[in-house]
Amino acid sequence: MKILVPLKRTADPDNANKIKIAPGGAKVVTDGLEPKPNPFDEYAVEAALRLTENGTNPKARLAGDSVVVATFGPKEASQTLRQALAMGADSGLLFESTDDNLDGDLVARALAKVVEKEKPDLVVMGKQAVDGDSNQVGQILAERLGWPSATFAMSIELSQDKKSVIVGREVDGGVIKLKLTLPAVITVDLRIVSPKSITNHVTPATHNYQEGARYAPLPMIMAAKKKPLAEAPFASLGADGLKTSYVKFEAPPARKAGIKVKDVPELVQRLRAEAKVL
Amino acid sequence: MAKILVVAELGSGALKKTTHSAITFARTAAQGTGGSFDILAIGRGAEVAASVLGTFGAGSVLIAEDPYVADYVGERYSPTVASVAKSGGYDVVVITASAFGKDLGPRVAARLEAGVASDIARVETDGGKLSYKRPMYAGNATATMTVNTSIQVVTVRQAEFEAAAPSGGSSAQSKVGVERQPSGDKVEFVAFEESVKSARPELTEASTVVSGGRALKSADGFKTVLEPLVDAFGAAMGASRAACDAGYVPNDLQVGQTGKVVAPKLYVAVGISGAIQHLAGMKNSKVIVAINKDPEAPIFQAADYGLVADLFKAVPEFADAVKKAKAEG
Ligand SMILES: Cc1cc2nc3c(=O)[nH]c(=O)nc-3n(C[C@H](O)[C@H](O)[C@H](O)COP(=O)(O)OP(=O)(O)OC[C@H]3O[C@@H](n4cnc5c(N)ncnc54)[C@H](O)[C@@H]3O)c2cc1C
Ligand SMILES: Nc1ncnc2c1ncn2[C@@H]1O[C@H](COP(=O)(O)O)[C@@H](O)[C@H]1O
Repeated sequence: MKILVPLKRTADPDNANKIKIAPGGAKVVTDGLEPKPNPFDEYAVEAALRLTENGTNPKARLAGDSVVVATFGPKEASQTLRQALAMGADSGLLFESTDDNLDGDLVARALAKVVEKEKPDLVVMGKQAVDGDSNQVGQILAERLGWPSATFAMSIELSQDKKSVIVGREVDGGVIKLKLTLPAVITVDLRIVSPKSITNHVTPATHNYQEGARYAPLPMIMAAKKKPLAEAPFASLGADGLKTSYVKFEAPPARKAGIKVKDVPELVQRLRAEAKVL
Repeated sequence: MAKILVVAELGSGALKKTTHSAITFARTAAQGTGGSFDILAIGRGAEVAASVLGTFGAGSVLIAEDPYVADYVGERYSPTVASVAKSGGYDVVVITASAFGKDLGPRVAARLEAGVASDIARVETDGGKLSYKRPMYAGNATATMTVNTSIQVVTVRQAEFEAAAPSGGSSAQSKVGVERQPSGDKVEFVAFEESVKSARPELTEASTVVSGGRALKSADGFKTVLEPLVDAFGAAMGASRAACDAGYVPNDLQVGQTGKVVAPKLYVAVGISGAIQHLAGMKNSKVIVAINKDPEAPIFQAADYGLVADLFKAVPEFADAVKKAKAEG
């Protein structure tokens, strides 16, 4: 089974409160913030690895299985791909582009071209890029490919014959279980990296994965340097044109400074008399 | 003159309150451009929902009810929504950005070759042209954007578009047939595993939300320490990701960038550090209270009232005081 994981490089999401708005609101400036893989895409890589390995011996893919990571971004985004290769992915594809020249629709159309070339059995990707917070590429890609899909996955169970998956979708009020016939698109939610989220019938059912995406140990980081990583211009994919325009950016209004109260009685008194919410 | 199609959300056969936010968007956009709106109800219960949906001032209510679209499956809903949008000559398709809308909106857009404005907080109608404000970077930037295609798809934040109230009257109703695409047969709806229902208000609709974090230490901590405070306020209960991940409470109580976005009159954060992903989901609340034993916790930078205290001592006292205050009226 071949899995394609599209992956975006984002400015350190844990420090998104340090972004700046360029004068005139022309753009968001992320200078000084360390580039990191979009966390949901890291989870997608982790999910793809779990689907294609024996969890008790995660050094090698199962025979015939592979995980390919792909990104549209600046040249430096190849570092982000290397990080995924160090986690265990087999090969990487960088299509060089600047972020301003992309929107969700164009990313999806370009991904459809990559799918045409790579012919994966499954696309596993993040539910949302935490910089743009759009949450749309997976849905658009699935409709364009005419593939069945499941968004916001918190569990994936691969059938024994590897021809279908049962996906648990985290939605309002519970979990929707869908059975998809492969090839398919899956977008993952936070809980896809919990210890028992993935079943592939090779990893023993008793095996518990670590919580979260795996760290790359040093030997894997070294090995990743030798893994294939192809680079090509974005234009080579033959997809262009934007359906949306970003006109202006602003900082959100600042909250006025609050106060510390000394005890519960003061808190209650202020909530009644001052804030009038009690 | 925008002609707008609202897609209603049905859950377990009943109309969901999320729909009312999309209707508010439609009213605002229709008024600002001198346009009009219709509502599409699709799924099990659409016919029953139609009579309620007919009281919001829509030109007409369209009904698609068929076993093929009984339960929500994106691939099965998108062809019908797109086909109604196209044949009806709509300019905008709007859905509330719940799990349903976030999934369906972009699919419909893909079928219509439309651009998407997702999870918007505001619509502007200057000069009859629609533009949208949407938070990005976990709410640390607000972008103004436009959609360049002749038909646009918009998903709206429930917390930012107040629920529409009925305006009376009854809209015309008509039935529409369902459309299919091959991928719809490659997805099978297996089950909806509902999380335990509580008698408390819905997180996204409540006027007070009390949320707990990792510091509550266990499901039992939520039950015995936090819940009395939640109920003293008659509030909805929320949680941080850490508390959900640890299994203290169901995942759909998660407030934040990647969970629910809330903007109640009062938000109380108990034992929550205030990571930016959490702040993204609650910092537009009117009044914020934080209880945390660490005076340096970032949550205090967002709080109007901060109490530095051990929650296991302060919260029971707070719950009692709230009960007393409420009893006094
Ligand atoms: C991709 C991604 C998406 C995310 N999305 C979300 C999201 O949507 N929502 C969300 O909430 N998080 C989200 N997070 C996680 C977020 O970064 C934080 O890890 C999380 O919010 C922390 O939860 P917490 O505050 O409960 O726990 P902690 O950070 O561990 O904080 C616990 C707090 O409790 C205080 N405390 C401890 N004991 C006591 C006591 N006895 N009395 C009083 N105070 C006490 C401590 O001082 C501390 O401040 C996301 C993370 C990632 C990577
Ligand atoms: N520039 C990009 N390169 C590769 N994948 C991307 C890119 N942008 C978005 N994606 C993928 O699409 C998912 C959803 O992104 P979005 O719809 O923009 O929130 C991400 O989690 C990625 O898997």
